[in-house]
Amino acid sequence: MGTIYIDGKASEADPKQNLLHACLSLGLNLPYFCWHPAMGSVGACRQCAVKQFKDAQDTRGRLVMACMTPAAPDTRISLQDPEAVAFRAGIIEGMMLNHPHDCPVCDEGGECHLQDMTVMTGHDYRRSRFPKRTFHDQYLGPFVYHQMNRCIQCYRCVRFYRNYAGEDDLNAFGISNEVFFGREQDGVLKSEFAGNLVEVCPTGVFTDRTLRRHYTRKWDLRMAPSICGHCSLGCNTTMGERYGLLRRVVNRFNSEVNGYFLCDRGRYGYEFVNSEQRIRAAQINGAPTSVTEAKRRLSSLVAGGQQLIGIGSPRASIESNYALRRLVGKDRFFCGVSDGEWERTRAMVEILQAGPARSASLRDVELSDAVLILGEDVTNSAPRMALSVRQSLRQQSFETTQKLRVPLWMDDAVREIAQAKRSPLFIAAAGATRLDDVATATYKAAPEDIARLGFAVAHEIDAKAPEVPDLSGEMRELAATIATALTGAKHPLVIAGPSCRSISVIESAANVARALCDNGHSAALSLIAPACNSFGLALLGARPMSEALAAVQDHGDATLIVLENDLYRQLPAKLVDGYLAKAAHLIVLDQLGNGTTAKAELLLPAGTFAESDGTLVSNEGRAQRFFQVFVPEDGIKESWRWLGDQSWSSLDDVLSEIGTEIPRLASVIGAAPLSSFRIAGAKIPREPHRYSGRTSITANISVVEPKPPDDPDSSLSYSMEGASIQPPAALQPFFWAPGWNSIQAVNKFQSEIGEALRGGVPGVRLFETSTGGGYFDGIPNPFTRRTQEWLLLPIEHIFGSEELSAHASSIAELVTEPYLALNPADAAGFLAEGKPTVVEVAFGGLKQRVPLKVLAELPSGLAGIPAGLTALCGEELPAWCRIERAS
Amino acid sequence: MLSIIRTMWSVFLHTFHRRVTIQYPEQKAYLAPRYRGRIILSRDPDGGERCVACHLCAIACPVDCIALQATEDENERRYPEFFRINFSRCIFCGYCEDACPTYAIQLTPDFEMSEYNRQNLVYEKEDLLIDGPGKYPGYNYWRVSGVSIGGKGKGEAENELPPVELRRLTP
Ligand code: SF4
Ligand code: SF4
Ligand code: SF4
Ligand code: SF4
Ligand code: FES
Repeated sequence: MGTIYIDGKASEADPKQNLLHACLSLGLNLPYFCWHPAMGSVGACRQCAVKQFKDAQDTRGRLVMACMTPAAPDTRISLQDPEAVAFRAGIIEGMMLNHPHDCPVCDEGGECHLQDMTVMTGHDYRRSRFPKRTFHDQYLGPFVYHQMNRCIQCYRCVRFYRNYAGEDDLNAFGISNEVFFGREQDGVLKSEFAGNLVEVCPTGVFTDRTLRRHYTRKWDLRMAPSICGHCSLGCNTTMGERYGLLRRVVNRFNSEVNGYFLCDRGRYGYEFVNSEQRIRAAQINGAPTSVTEAKRRLSSLVAGGQQLIGIGSPRASIESNYALRRLVGKDRFFCGVSDGEWERTRAMVEILQAGPARSASLRDVELSDAVLILGEDVTNSAPRMALSVRQSLRQQSFETTQKLRVPLWMDDAVREIAQAKRSPLFIAAAGATRLDDVATATYKAAPEDIARLGFAVAHEIDAKAPEVPDLSGEMRELAATIATALTGAKHPLVIAGPSCRSISVIESAANVARALCDNGHSAALSLIAPACNSFGLALLGARPMSEALAAVQDHGDATLIVLENDLYRQLPAKLVDGYLAKAAHLIVLDQLGNGTTAKAELLLPAGTFAESDGTLVSNEGRAQRFFQVFVPEDGIKESWRWLGDQSWSSLDDVLSEIGTEIPRLASVIGAAPLSSFRIAGAKIPREPHRYSGRTSITANISVVEPKPPDDPDSSLSYSMEGASIQPPAALQPFFWAPGWNSIQAVNKFQSEIGEALRGGVPGVRLFETSTGGGYFDGIPNPFTRRTQEWLLLPIEHIFGSEELSAHASSIAELVTEPYLALNPADAAGFLAEGKPTVVEVAFGGLKQRVPLKVLAELPSGLAGIPAGLTALCGEELPAWCRIERAS
Repeated sequence: MLSIIRTMWSVFLHTFHRRVTIQYPEQKAYLAPRYRGRIILSRDPDGGERCVACHLCAIACPVDCIALQATEDENERRYPEFFRINFSRCIFCGYCEDACPTYAIQLTPDFEMSEYNRQNLVYEKEDLLIDGPGKYPGYNYWRVSGVSIGGKGKGEAENELPPVELRRLTP
């Protein structure tokens, strides 16, 4: 830290940063556009001008761009200098020359950084009488809405899209003062992170297209902190509701997890909450019934003396799973996923808890400087991680940058220095991945071979690690290259997961991480979990499903309770039919109708993330709490409320009971403050201080205003009144600060720009490293292809493979049709004159007709079907299948 | 004592002053057009709904008695799906009219809206919408805004250049 002088006042500033960063960190208001805390400075907009003085004697000074000037010790600047003030006002006025008169119909209005900066600089009257330049707008897909007239040419969008997210179909096209930001022609944006443009663009050029369908201003949203449940990464989100409808999801900054960005599945998956498929009322044998009747039936079924069998869920909260486990007894609580998945999940938890490698947060991923990915296409299985991996590729070039003494925030210079130099990234996967374009080397192979490569790398690093028999020379060479890259790095990282449906792949990754750690490298390991709370369920403990059938059979009159889980997606349909047919009674709690709910005797409407509170454990092992944003008017309730004990009056009671009953989950209670938490005696309001319509929203029903609902479960209130100072980070309902209406207000809540929120890092980490354990030695034999059979593997898709988000209408537009993929050589035999064909896949007595798709990168001998998108999605894969051309 | 006499004297003198009391309701008082009474929603000169559902009146309202929901027609012209004013809460401050960027919401010189039943003071859009432009005859927001709606494409608003052709910018 050094001392800089701002308008004569001495302040502490980090000399490695720039002046804009320093000013904002000090809480000063300095307008800016092109600088972004995660993307550094380019000096494009000229908005952040300040006066800089040579020394204490200098009174003339000169204008500099704060974002392009280092905050070197003894720097003297003035923000208030009249010349600087006039310059900044002039820049805004220039930007406004062509700005359309759109605020009333602009979706950015009320949370527009341009509006904020315009007010900040005091430009309030248009003097120009010249005609305005205009542009055509483009159709950019179901997520992002384009209104090009509003652009101020800050270049943030293309810098995010191209440099940060690494996609190339968004560009700047320009001649003189006519610069267009868009695609070459209309079409769906290719990047899985395109939704971030909505927040990155400081104006209303890119806005949320789904919000547009049920538009609500930010000030009218009731908001609550939530956790994305659409994959295992646990990104932090803010949900917004109005008039009982969930309106949108935006990013909620968490320095350790998602930082400033979300993936499109997480941002747009929310619409499943409003889906037609929602179960809104309890049903008995398909007929809607009242809450009281449903409760009566539930207690009579539960107390009826029959054997209870509970089936948990990896997508339900710890609390809901616990409530079921408690109701049925821990010996009759089953995990609800296939034995294979359960084994893999438990193995991953075991590895992360007992292994020497740190379980990587997304920030750790970003800061690692050599990455090995085994068996995952992270963009499709844990999307946000792909963005972090992309950033990690810059780490090694930063050494050169530092040698040349170019500060890291000087984005263009740093990228110029890096040129095409990237930190090593090796990807071994059973097909193409979305990160292949930036990988040092890729290896396409069957799961067995991927695992063998992992084991071989571990052995190369540490001779004590088991050696892979019959290793081909080629693979040995690749393993050696990878080993050298990983050992040569300061923070090597290994990523693996369940996509290959192979426990050996996971074990081989654990071996690599262990080999690195045992040889003195500070390696991190990131294991992707199959669902948002898979690790939470594994920590809670449950019995495998193969034992559930026996349990159902043993008791002819068993009552089966299925918690938020479509068994047909988890297990072979035949098996599920067996379970359901054997059970005397079937109680299902879920959010959306599906195959399992259709068979329920008693169906109870379960709250979604928007309507309930609970805790999830992410793949990092971070327990994080989500809070309900509204109370649904119908009978919808949290599953733990339906199933829970009469004595539980709030979430606190559930959590403290979990703490005493399950010691491994004792710290989960600390994921967020308890409901008794108050700030100066007040709760934290979910509604902003500008929330409108309070006395009119329900006036059509009754002019007498109802009391706002109570929230016994959290210290958030359903009101606009309450504590107005910054709450603990896990309870931050939205980011808003005086003069900062846009999401960029997050600046005002951080301890230092880009660093942790002043309220702390949300969530608690449950996994810490340990020194125990040893190498795995279950090295599989090499994959050998068969002549007439193919090894069928699931292929993950960001849009569609996850159950709930696939019901969001915008995402549904991008879900691929079911297909069977083969590599070109294998497919040749089935193609009629190269034309698209339909084939019939057969395995284990099942047959399915699907169109054939040729995938160049798929290794020969493998066949792929999209995960979660066909009737086969419950079958245990990989499986050998036969393929025939359908007549 | 003296002051009482002085007061009575002053009251007596008023007997000879001009009367300001009028015989309401037979006789109506003159109210200036800018009087802040019953609120209406007006139409633009072309007869279309003026309100663009920007929610600014709602946020400006100090008693929060305005609630609305935005929606769009097939040509992306925005309008309120519903628009509700709870007049039993309204204090006729006129902030909504000040905030309105389109002159849609206007206060009128009509205050005769007493009801026996408070519920009847809840006005919906159908109750609020009048047939003309009210106090501001000329203004049509859509003619100055940069978005396209049915019948008005890009670059066709007042004081706008024709849209830049993307093809011209690409190599
Ligand atoms: S981008 Fe901001 S300033 Fe421009 S029209 Fe939209 S809300 Fe108004
Ligand atoms: S579209 Fe938005 S982010 Fe891109 S240059 Fe224009 S204002 Fe900046
Ligand atoms: S990466 Fe996963 S947790 Fe994060 S936003 Fe996307 S789906 Fe949600
Ligand atoms: S301020 Fe005017 S245009 Fe905006 S919602 Fe209210 S009446 Fe409609
Ligand atoms: S923020 Fe400094 S020039 Fe744009």
